[in-house]
Amino acid sequence: MTAIVEVTNVTKRYGSLKAVNDASFTLQENAIHGLLGRNGAGKTTLMQLITGQEFATSGQITVMGHSPVENAGVLHHTCFIKESQKYPEDFRIKHVLKSAPWFFPNWNSDLGASLVEDFRLPVNRKIKKLSRGQLSAVGVIVGLASRAPLTFFDEPYLGLDAVARHTFYDRLLADYAVHPRTVVLSTHLIDEVANLLERVIVIDEGAIIINADADSLRASATTVAGKREDVEAFVTGREVLGRESIGGLVSATVADLSANDRSVAVKAGLDLSPVSLQQLIVRRTGGLDVEQENAA
Amino acid sequence: MDDGRPIFVQIAEHLSNEIINGTMPEESRVPSINELAAFHRINPATALKGINLLVDAGVLYKQRGIGMFVATGARAELLAQRRDEFREQFIKPLLAEATKLGINPVQLSDLIGKELES
Repeated sequence: MTAIVEVTNVTKRYGSLKAVNDASFTLQENAIHGLLGRNGAGKTTLMQLITGQEFATSGQITVMGHSPVENAGVLHHTCFIKESQKYPEDFRIKHVLKSAPWFFPNWNSDLGASLVEDFRLPVNRKIKKLSRGQLSAVGVIVGLASRAPLTFFDEPYLGLDAVARHTFYDRLLADYAVHPRTVVLSTHLIDEVANLLERVIVIDEGAIIINADADSLRASATTVAGKREDVEAFVTGREVLGRESIGGLVSATVADLSANDRSVAVKAGLDLSPVSLQQLIVRRTGGLDVEQENAA
Repeated sequence: MDDGRPIFVQIAEHLSNEIINGTMPEESRVPSINELAAFHRINPATALKGINLLVDAGVLYKQRGIGMFVATGARAELLAQRRDEFREQFIKPLLAEATKLGINPVQLSDLIGKELES
């Protein structure tokens, strides 16, 4: 795999706040990446830096081998769909579709038109009259039909209902299969997109804490449950990502179990269960688990 | 498509099941990577990994430019492999649970006999 974006020791400060703190990672060409993290973790700042909309305080970013800042050659191949895209006053959906080819040389108007139908958008309506979900759908359509070699979706589905979100995932996969490109999906809905991702990048308080292949990440943690003394004996000396207990029962999430470890655990009468990507990231970014929150 | 194991493993298993139960006969064409990806809503790279597991195991073979096919003898091979796994996956947990509940081996085989009759 070749890297299309290389971020090396990049820091972005806003006053005393380090929005991005010494981040280093690469984006792989023609892979779908998940950029995951909590609110304010630095996801949007990171994407703004890579798309040349912000200047890094220090460090280096190259996109297709060049700095993205003020670089038309690079930016023509980049599409950044923001949470709230601003359009000129009085713009209608049809104007957005008509002007898109000026910015995106790979724009496919047939795909754009069929997506408009999929999302049931009124093309003659003014952008400012659209509902939140419809506005998000316009962003999704621009992001897909632009077929930019490097496409960023920053929380693309605010206000989109479940049906529309699944339309987005389906159309993304279908078009990506025929026209592979590098996609970065920034999202909170980790469970929904988990299976679409090939690479996962997790940012927490400005720092990159996970940058891994989605499949290996999925296999990287296991929940071990059983009697307190059995669990404690088993997890001693291992990296414990989380621990819950009720009465004499303990459930601990541990990293990297080998096949041998597993059979030892089973022989000790412990129950093993897999950890979803979402649970794993919740634990790694220091949050409470959803079930715990509900129980509290 | 989510019991926490790697998705490509689940894809391989899903395809093996179809070969074992005859849905995909030997020498028939297997769905393409993109068809699998769209159907299971997964990344095509993940689907490819699943397919490759079976190609490496000799269950599927690739024909350049045409597609992927089920190898002759694949079903028998998968069946043999599954029978080996049967002990680990079903018999051992069954015995463990039976022991926990105080069901002895004789009672257990009685239960199995009764279940077969019913």
